[in-house]
Parts: sequence; structure tokens; C-alpha cells
Amino acid sequence: MAWLSKSLNSSLGKKLLMAITGLFLVSFLVVHCGLNATVFFNDGGETFNKGAEFMAKNPFIRTMEIVLFGGLLLHILDGLRLWIDNKKKRPVAYAVVDGAANSKWYSRSMGLLGTLLLLFIIIHLKHFWYFSRLTDNLTEEHTLFHEMQAIFASPVVVVIYVLGCISLAYHLLHGFQSAFQTLGWNHPKYTPTIKCIGAAYSIIISIIFAAMPIAFHLNLIH
Amino acid sequence: MEGNLNLTLKIWRQKNAQTAGKFETYQVSGISEDMSFLEMIDVLNNRLIEEGDDPVAFDHDCREGICGMCSMYINGRPHGPNKGVTTCQLHMRSFQDGQTITIEPWRAEAFPVIKDLVVNRSAFDRIIAAGGFISVNTGNAQDANSLPIPKDHADDAFAAAACIGCGACVAACKNASAMLFTSAKISQLALLPQGQAERAKRAEAMVAQMDEEGFGACSNTGACEAECPKGISLENIARMNREYFSAVFTSK
Ligand code: HEM
Ligand code: SF4
Ligand code: FES
Repeated sequence: MAWLSKSLNSSLGKKLLMAITGLFLVSFLVVHCGLNATVFFNDGGETFNKGAEFMAKNPFIRTMEIVLFGGLLLHILDGLRLWIDNKKKRPVAYAVVDGAANSKWYSRSMGLLGTLLLLFIIIHLKHFWYFSRLTDNLTEEHTLFHEMQAIFASPVVVVIYVLGCISLAYHLLHGFQSAFQTLGWNHPKYTPTIKCIGAAYSIIISIIFAAMPIAFHLNLIH
Repeated sequence: MEGNLNLTLKIWRQKNAQTAGKFETYQVSGISEDMSFLEMIDVLNNRLIEEGDDPVAFDHDCREGICGMCSMYINGRPHGPNKGVTTCQLHMRSFQDGQTITIEPWRAEAFPVIKDLVVNRSAFDRIIAAGGFISVNTGNAQDANSLPIPKDHADDAFAAAACIGCGACVAACKNASAMLFTSAKISQLALLPQGQAERAKRAEAMVAQMDEEGFGACSNTGACEAECPKGISLENIARMNREYFSAVFTSK
């Protein structure tokens, strides 16, 4: 297996790991977003709570939760490793850099956007995952839906969530299509479609996620 | 060739790889719009020599956009502000009277400065030596028509072979990555029947050498493609990823 670890530690291998874990996270967000969007049904969180309960009990979902944490951790550690490695490759910096002339700012800022996402994810896990999985505070009278109402009453929290969603949008605006390029999928037949789907996915999913704290805060959801 | 451009040049001066460098500021006047950028530096150097100063060292050879020697990072971009040209093909009409122009060498761990604007690009030669070749039998040349090559393969191989090894892709990349160069060299052979014998070994060996030389990984920003004077496409990097991973899983 030396051949495998050697190739996964090459510059191309590190990126392959980034792309696979990144696309896995992309697929997770579809489920996460779909389920959470049921709060917009305005049924007092009935559908949402049912879904959340199913997710909490189903053994397959619980296993996938572990895989998800593993994938996220790999993505973060590999991203950190790439960032450190890449930094070293230009020991003397340029005095003048006209980055905007040849690339998008967010494509050059994946490490920064990822770090913002990480900070957001820590806060987010503390708010809901910790509350529902590691405390006894979740009851019939105080469901996850009620907890969302309580958390999003704070304007500071709403601002943090909206900033988190903006970081996500830009991370994926570059990341989605970039992952396919890393996997070697670049062809005039389908690359324009991938880019189009990637942009749509990044923007739509971020808007739906951002709408939740805003709507809760403005009491549009009850 | 007299003109009416007066310019302020901030040029990186460095004695050798061991000593630290710094920017020096020079004024040049009467520069013609029809001069190439290198000719403008020639004017400065003539004056420096007359004044008994050390002229600015820079690489150049063909001065017609085909050798890839004229590496200069001009106002934050490799080969200056225009698309699809090397520094020798950049003309002074692309600048305005009174402008300040900052000129730096390529900056990369793998391209150490030799003097002033001259960097050592032999890392590229070692990447090619690691696998950028084909084996050819001795004896009579084969009839060319006995090797059918699809037109689109020939076109793509030709486009990849246009790479002149200038290093602008490395200079432009925030990670000083050599993926565009290496992928062009892998592609031009992988696409043709003559390149098949060494195909898997080539991809593995050239990628390993690229990493060993100290070039960075690819963040797919596309800066290399945008700055490449020969229009080498990012499709080559995707092809290199395919070549490398299929080699990893199939080579013995
Ligand atoms: C939690 C904190 C995160 C960090 C620290 C992080 C970091 C990074 C970094 C540094 C890169 C660029 C690597 C490079 O090209 O050099 C990257 C790429 C990527 N990230 Fe993240 N990320 C995070 C979260 C996420 C999330 C939540 C998703 C998806 C929902 C995601 C999806 C992607 C994708 C698809 C790529 C592109 C991979 C490629 O270029 O091949 N990331 N990430
Ligand atoms: S790929 Fe383009 S920029 Fe890079 S060395 Fe070749 S010609 Fe120069
Ligand atoms: S001097 Fe040959 S390409 Fe510029």
C-alpha cells in the first residue's frame, strides 16, 4: 500500500482527497437543506421535528453522521496541509500583485473562506448538535424547532449565520466546479453544465439556509 | 528611435542567490511607443554602462515570442499587462507617460534568482528529463501514414506542444504551481501513438519530479491559463490528473 499513500501525499493526491471530501459535503448539504426547509411549511415545526427525530434514531443515518464528521475532518486537515505546503512555495513575496487580472478573489481565498466556515460550523454544532445529542434538554415541550426559535431570537446569531452562508456561497462558487477539474472531468461537452449547476447550487442552497434564521427572527415561521 | 514617454522604473536588483536584493528606482525619458519592453531596458542599460554602473541582468534570446526566456513580472503580472504575449512582444505603447513600472523576477522556491531579473528554471528541464520523452527504434523511418491519429488528438497535442517553458504559469500562480507546464508536456505525448509505451511511467515520474522540485499544488484558480503567452488550456491539467491516477492504479 506504499504506492497508495505515496500518491495520496503527492500534490495531485492531496487535491484528490480535497475534491472527494468536498463533493461528499456538497451531497450532505442537499439532505441537510431539504430537511431543514420543512420549517417553511409553517406547521409549528411538525414535519421538521418528525424528520429530525427520524434522523436521530435511524441507524443508517447515525452511521453516516460518523462518516460525515470523518469526511469533514479529512477535508479540514487536508486543506490545512495544502495551505501550509503552498505557502512555502513562494518564500519571497511579490511587491505588486494584480490578482484580479487573472483570477477570481474567492478562488484565491479558499483557505480563508474555509476557516470562516470552520468557525461557523463550530458555533452551529454548539447550537444544535450539542443541544440535541449531548444534553437532556430536548423534550416534547421543547423540540428542536423551539430551540431554533430561541436561538434565532438573537440578532447577533442571525448575523453570524448569514455571514456563514455567504462564506459557503463563495467557497462553493469556486469549489464545486474546481472539484470536477481535480477529478479530471474537463470537457467541452459537459464542463459548461457543471459550472452552471455549481453556481446555481452554491447560490440557491446558501439563500435557503440564510432565509431560515432571518425568517425565524422576524417571526415569519411559527 | 526617440519618443516621448518618461517613465519611473522600480527594478529588483540582486547580486546573486546568496545576497538579499532590493528595489532600485530609475528614470528613463524619451522612450518610443514602438520600442519593445526589452528595448526600453536596453536603453536604461546603455546608460548604466556609460555611467559605470552594473546593468540590469535579464534573460532574453529570440525576442520574437518563441524561446520563452524573457521572464519579467511587470506591475503584478507575468509578461506585463497584455494577454497572450511574452515580455519581448510587449510594446511601450501599452504604457502611459509618467507611469511607474515595477519589475520583479519570477518568484518561486523552485526558481531561485541568479541575478537581478534572471532566475534558474532548470527545474523545468529536470521535469522533462524525468519522463518527457519517447523511445524510438533505430533503423529506417516508419511510413508516417502507418500511424493513424485522430484529427482532434493531433490538434490537442499540437496546442499542448505550443508551451515554450517560459514559467509564467508558475509566476502567476499563488501556489507557484507548475501544473500547467507539466500537464502540457505530459499531454503532448499522451495524446499521440508514439507516446504510448511510456505513458503510465511518464505521468508518475514527471509528477513526482514536479513535487520534488518544490512547486505547489493546484487550486484551480485559472491564473496560469489566463497569463500563459501560448494559451495552454486547463484541460491539460485535468488530463494530467486522469493520466496520473490511472497510472497510479494500473502501473506495475
Ligand atoms: C469546515 C471548514 C472548511 C475548510 C477549512 C475548508 C477548506 C478548503 C480549502 C483550503 C480548499 C481549497 C484547497 C485548494 O484548492 O488548495 C477547499 C476546497 C473545497 N471545499 Fe472546503 N473547506 C471547508 C468546508 C467545506 C464545506 C462545508 C464544503 C461543502 C459543502 C466544502 C467543499 C469544498 C469543495 C467542493 C472544494 C473544492 C475541491 C477542489 O478544488 O478540488 N468545503 N476547502
Ligand atoms: S504553460 Fe504557458 S506559461 Fe507555462 S511554461 Fe508553458 S508557455 Fe509558459
Ligand atoms: S526573448 Fe524569446 S520569447 Fe521573449
